[in-house]
Parts: sequence; C-alpha cells; structure tokens
Amino acid sequence: MIHQYKLGGYNVVLDVCSGAVHVVDEVAYDIIGLFEEHTQEEILAAMKEKYGNREDITEADLKECYAQVVALKEAGKLFAPDTFEPMAGQLREKTAGVVKALCLHVAHTCNLNCSYCFASQGKYHGERAVMSFEVGKRALDFLVENSGSRRNLEVDFFGGEPLMNFQVVKDLVAYARSIEKEKHKNFRFTLTTNGLQIDDDVIDFANRECSNVVLSLDGRKEIHDRFRVDYAGNGSWDRIVPKFQKLVEAREGKNYYMRGTFTHANPDFLKDIQQMLDLGFTELSMEPVVCAPGDPSELTEEDLPIVMEQYEKLAELMLERDKAGEPFTFYHYMIDLTGGPCIYKRISGCGSGTEYMAVTPWGDLYPCHQFVGDEKFLLGNIWDGVTNTAIQSEFAACNVYAHPECRDCWARLYCSGGCAANAYHSTGSVTGVYEYGCKLFRKRMECAIMVAIHRALGE
Amino acid sequence: MEHIKTIETRNLCESAKNGGCGECQTSCQSACKTSCGIANQQCENTQSK
Repeated sequence: MIHQYKLGGYNVVLDVCSGAVHVVDEVAYDIIGLFEEHTQEEILAAMKEKYGNREDITEADLKECYAQVVALKEAGKLFAPDTFEPMAGQLREKTAGVVKALCLHVAHTCNLNCSYCFASQGKYHGERAVMSFEVGKRALDFLVENSGSRRNLEVDFFGGEPLMNFQVVKDLVAYARSIEKEKHKNFRFTLTTNGLQIDDDVIDFANRECSNVVLSLDGRKEIHDRFRVDYAGNGSWDRIVPKFQKLVEAREGKNYYMRGTFTHANPDFLKDIQQMLDLGFTELSMEPVVCAPGDPSELTEEDLPIVMEQYEKLAELMLERDKAGEPFTFYHYMIDLTGGPCIYKRISGCGSGTEYMAVTPWGDLYPCHQFVGDEKFLLGNIWDGVTNTAIQSEFAACNVYAHPECRDCWARLYCSGGCAANAYHSTGSVTGVYEYGCKLFRKRMECAIMVAIHRALGE
Repeated sequence: MEHIKTIETRNLCESAKNGGCGECQTSCQSACKTSCGIANQQCENTQSK
C-alpha cells in the first residue's frame, strides 16, 4: 500500500509497510499512482498523452522513470505487502502480565474549574480525593513487581492537579529512588500540571526528578481564560505564565511540553501556538479537545477545514523558523524516520490496560486515565492485581488489526490503531475508530513527514 | 534524469528481526494523553542499532 500527497512543494510517496518515503517528480507521481492497476503499456501511453507536448520529458524519460519504479518495488521500497498481521499480538503475548508505566492519579481534585475537562474538573465523575503515601508506595511496588525484565519504568503524576498533593509526590519519588538500584530499575517521572502552585520548591523538584514536565496553557490569554478559570471564575493565564517561564528557564528550555487544548472556540489554533512562541516557549503540543458528543466545545465538521489548514500553516511556520535559526518543536510533528519505533511497537496498540494502567487515589486500576471513573473498566487494584481478566483481554487484543477500518488506512503504522478511549467514547467499542480524530491524525502525519523531508534534504 | 529521491528511513520489515524489546516509552505517557501517536517515539533497543 502506498500513500501519495502533495504538500509544501513536494510530491510525496509513502510506502506504508516498508516505511520508505520518496520525493518524486510529477511523472513518477503519476506512474506510481497508476502502477498497480494498469499494465506498462497502458501507463506509458497515458504518460505520453499527458506529457507528450513537453519538451523536457522524452519517451526515454518515461521509460526510465517506469524502470525506477519497478526497481524500487523489487527492492521492497514500493508496494511492500503487509505481512505483519501474524506478528500482531506477539509482543503482548511475549510481555503478558508485564506493566511498565503507571499514570498515578495523586489528586482527584483541582484548583481550576475548566468546563472542557475530560476528567470532570479532576473528579472523574466521583468524589474529590487525594492519594495517600501508602497507596502511592504500594502502586510503585506493584509496578516494580510486575515489570519483569523491563528496566525503564514510567510514572506520570496526574490528576486533577497533582501539585495539590505535592508532598506525597515528593515522598513517592524519594521512595522510588531509594529502591531503584537494588531493583535494577530506572524510574522516569513526568508531571502534568496547570501551573497554579508552581514555586521554587516545585521548580527545583521538577528539574531534578522529572524527565518531562507537561504544562497546560491554551495559548492566547482570551482563549486560555475562556475555559481555564478558578472556582471564582477568574482566568488563570496571568498567574501561570510567569511561573511557566521561570520553570522553563530553570530547565534550560528542555524536556518540557507546553500543552494546549483547542476547541470549537479556537480552531484557528496557530495563533495560540504563535502566542506560546512569543512567550519564549519552544517545546509545544496542541491537542484537539476530547469531550462528550454535543458539548459546546466539541470540534465540528465546519471546524475541520480550518483545523486542516492550520496544520499546514504550522508546518510552514516550522520551516520558516528553521531557516531563521529559531526552531521549535511541535509534539505531533516529531517524527524520526531513521530511528523511530520498530514494527512490533507500530502494530501492537497503545498498551493501555496491559503495559500501561492508571491508578486512582484509592488504588484501583483502570486501563488508562481516560477510563477512570467508568466502573465497567475497573481492572482490579494495586494489592490484588488485575482481576477483571475479561476487560484486560479486550485491551490486550486491541492491536492495529483489531480495527477493521484501519486495514485500509495508510497511517495505521503511525498511530498503531489509535486511542482506545477515543474509540470507545465515539463508537462504544475500543476496537472502533474515532474518525474525526483519524482525519486530524492523518493530516498531522502528512505535515510531519513533509517537514522531515525538508530537513533531510537540507532545504 | 532523477525522478525519485528516496529519503533515508528505518526499514520496517527489517525492524522485525531484532524488534519488540518493549523498552520504548508508553505511547500516551508524554505530552498528549488524549490521542495515540507512536511515530514520534524513539527506539530504545540497543540490540537493533
């Protein structure tokens, strides 16, 4: 399977299963488009008809181009077949029972009252709660005990707002550091925060202990303050931006993401990206809102062309800033064509409910943070482990081939079948697909690959 | 005449040989938390390089 598109002045041909990326001229673009459905004679005749009046394209050129396409096919870099399906699930089988990442919900409470919050203002449709040190410690022990031979263990302090339980966060990190050597593990901590409680103590902790910090900022003040308000209804932008700037400066501008959410209120989110850049931030992420169908902040079909155009303009902006010596990172446009994930990773699904789980403040296990609060998905708890094996099996089988729609999608090896929570919330099944999200994802990948091509060609 | 420039990429078919160590980052554990992208993740398998 191939995918062809034109963007940024490039004619791009992506060979889905080999991962090969080709930049081609218009003749090759046309020949490749016809290659699988037509004979050589038919293709050359069609090319002669189309390009016959062009002096720069001779019949010999057309034949030579056709031969190049054939050679790439023989080299396995065009029209490579998908032979990976039997491997789907092998990684999960090989690693059955191994957990390597936890999302620790240390605070089901928040000091902001954002109406668009997928976690229902941090409460996940339940009561407010914070995690005790004892529960957190047991969660870390559970992770170590179930991590098998995995060395790198990931723990994200999440909420609600995790800094509302900061002492426990610090104590848990100290505990993990005290056991990691003897257990032959390497803990990687991340913190996702709205920033309100950032102070020098938090900055010092985050920069010493956290491999990544995710900072929530929606961009322009009026956009941010539209949703991200405190319980008195006051916007938070003015209070958090100086704190974020101080934290990022102390971090030397590395290993963080300024993470925004865009909604129906700002499908023109490039202005928010620009605002982040103007504030001095360069490691950026901007995510489409995840909310219940019918929510006023939900992105609509009318928003879609605007969002698509914004993604293209964002790619152009990245290239302009590269040229000006002021590069920035956009999370979804990071793509490592030479060192990215292996095929096992690409077909195995996101790992929720198997290698990755969320832990509630009282120690219950859920497949991921987006399922917390939905009792149907309760997997077990950190003392007894996974007891709901039926649900776990459903997630273990949730690889890219489990989604019928993905079989015909060129982007399937870039998303691994997509987000199970988005699929469930939009279709009622974790093996469904969230088609709106897929459209955005495919556009992001086209842009990401175009930017990577530009950089690879040194243009 | 050069009609096709092939950009250097990791060959996914070849990656099956030494792949699957599982040491790489969990897909959702970084900046998004609301979608699944794996293309931006680094391979951490020291055996495959």
